[in-house]
Amino acid sequence: MIKNILNLGDAALYCDFGKEVNKETNTQVIKYFKSIKEENIDGINNLTPSYNKLIVSFDLKKTNFKKLKNKIENLNINKDNYFKNKKIEIPVCIDENFSLDIERLEKKLTLSREKIYENFFLKEFFCYMTGFIAGMPFLGDLDKNMRVNRLETPRVKVPRGSVGLTEQFANIYTFDSPGGWNIIGNTPLTIFDSSKEDEPNLINPGDLVTFKEITKEQYINYNG
Amino acid sequence: MVKNYFDILRAGINTTFQDQGRNNLYHIGIPFSGAMDNRNYLLSNKLVGNKLSKPVLEFAFQGPLLKYHGNKINIAITGDVNFEIKKNNNLILGECYKSFTLENGDELDIISTNKSVYGYLAIGGELELKFQWSSCSVNTKANIGSNNGKKLEDKQKIFVSKINLNHNHRFLNYVNTKIENIRIVKGTNFDYFSAQGKSDFLKNKFKVSKLSDRMGMRLEGKKIENVIDTNIKSEGLVKGVIQVPADGNPIIMLSDHGTIGGYPKIGVVISADYDKLVQLTPGSEIKFKEVDLINAETLFKLYDLETQNLISQI
Repeated sequence: MIKNILNLGDAALYCDFGKEVNKETNTQVIKYFKSIKEENIDGINNLTPSYNKLIVSFDLKKTNFKKLKNKIENLNINKDNYFKNKKIEIPVCIDENFSLDIERLEKKLTLSREKIYENFFLKEFFCYMTGFIAGMPFLGDLDKNMRVNRLETPRVKVPRGSVGLTEQFANIYTFDSPGGWNIIGNTPLTIFDSSKEDEPNLINPGDLVTFKEITKEQYINYNG
Repeated sequence: MVKNYFDILRAGINTTFQDQGRNNLYHIGIPFSGAMDNRNYLLSNKLVGNKLSKPVLEFAFQGPLLKYHGNKINIAITGDVNFEIKKNNNLILGECYKSFTLENGDELDIISTNKSVYGYLAIGGELELKFQWSSCSVNTKANIGSNNGKKLEDKQKIFVSKINLNHNHRFLNYVNTKIENIRIVKGTNFDYFSAQGKSDFLKNKFKVSKLSDRMGMRLEGKKIENVIDTNIKSEGLVKGVIQVPADGNPIIMLSDHGTIGGYPKIGVVISADYDKLVQLTPGSEIKFKEVDLINAETLFKLYDLETQNLISQI
């Protein structure tokens, strides 16, 4: 449930679902996101779900904070309907050219690389949100012994397809982009495809994701 | 059939196609984009008789040098821009907020913006452009929009598929004023900052850094003191949000911003001041003034009314 609705500037609602970052809270966020989207409320021009918040941006020419807040507080949220978790398997190559930060992780986590990869490939991840850059999925939750901070100095350019870890999350860089996640491999799969306007993202909030190791040869041949 | 087109002899620093941007894509990580200075974008289209939502060329600092080939066509430039039109051996000094007619072989040299960042070139007709999610706006970070999501480069061509037949000259008596006082409403993490930090934010001047672009405007000044946490759980952002990372220097989110972020939000620039904000050049001084939500809404109504008035004067 929404705990509180504040204004974020003069043209957005900041819906707060609580402090915790967990699947239960995030599931609520996604349910609200989908329900509001289906309502097609006049004036709303963007919805941004995240771990425990939902930002509702609107056109100030058509509506305002007070009117929309009222509408959203009185919205009938469909509690059952919305969760069909799609299952997706992502191929990952962990060749040394791709696993840029595995040595750092071995040191920081005091785990061997074999153990780190075993943990990672056995895990089923839940997609909390997508964004920052187009299509980037935030996937949780890593076990407590696998959690590590960002790099102290972010890379100027993380290669497209890089799979990274930070804190309780894994993610995939959908473009070459600056970034500070600990990179452990690379996927040849296209995660964001702007030519597919209806569904550009391979992974969407609520989806379940596993990673599967592939060889360098399989990686090279992946896209023909 | 003879094609009408512009040859790009010099592309300029950051020249892109822009329109009103694209909605309802934040949740997949795609920002609005669109013209940075919306008022000047709308005015440029009106000056050449286009529908207001048509694509235009947005340029920053140095604009393009274009050679035109084809039938008579009207163009107009808005903002605060120095430009010239070369007709045979005649040099015509350009004026903003006024339409000009180009003929076959004419050159349009958009030399520079003057005490501002962005300018707009509208072309009276239909441009041959690819649209994505109903917008041609170029987002160079995600390579979305027309021109394969890239800025224009030398030696490219811009094709015009249909020219507006009415070549009457239009103009507007308007001066693009500069403002240094930017009004804000408090951000959702305003209380993460110490009393001193809040007071520094609202009383001191900040300098616009060179590291500013369509994604964000970085500011430099006295470090704003955070007493709670310099990180928050990543959450959605909107245009105008002022984030303060650990180094204490504010960053204002602009049209191509990342859709989510994890730094505390001290304030949000009001919608009425956004068009003026983006025109502040690196080195400019900026001072924030707090207003409440009701005031921000009223100020936007006034700003919008003024824009509509200007449009109707053309």
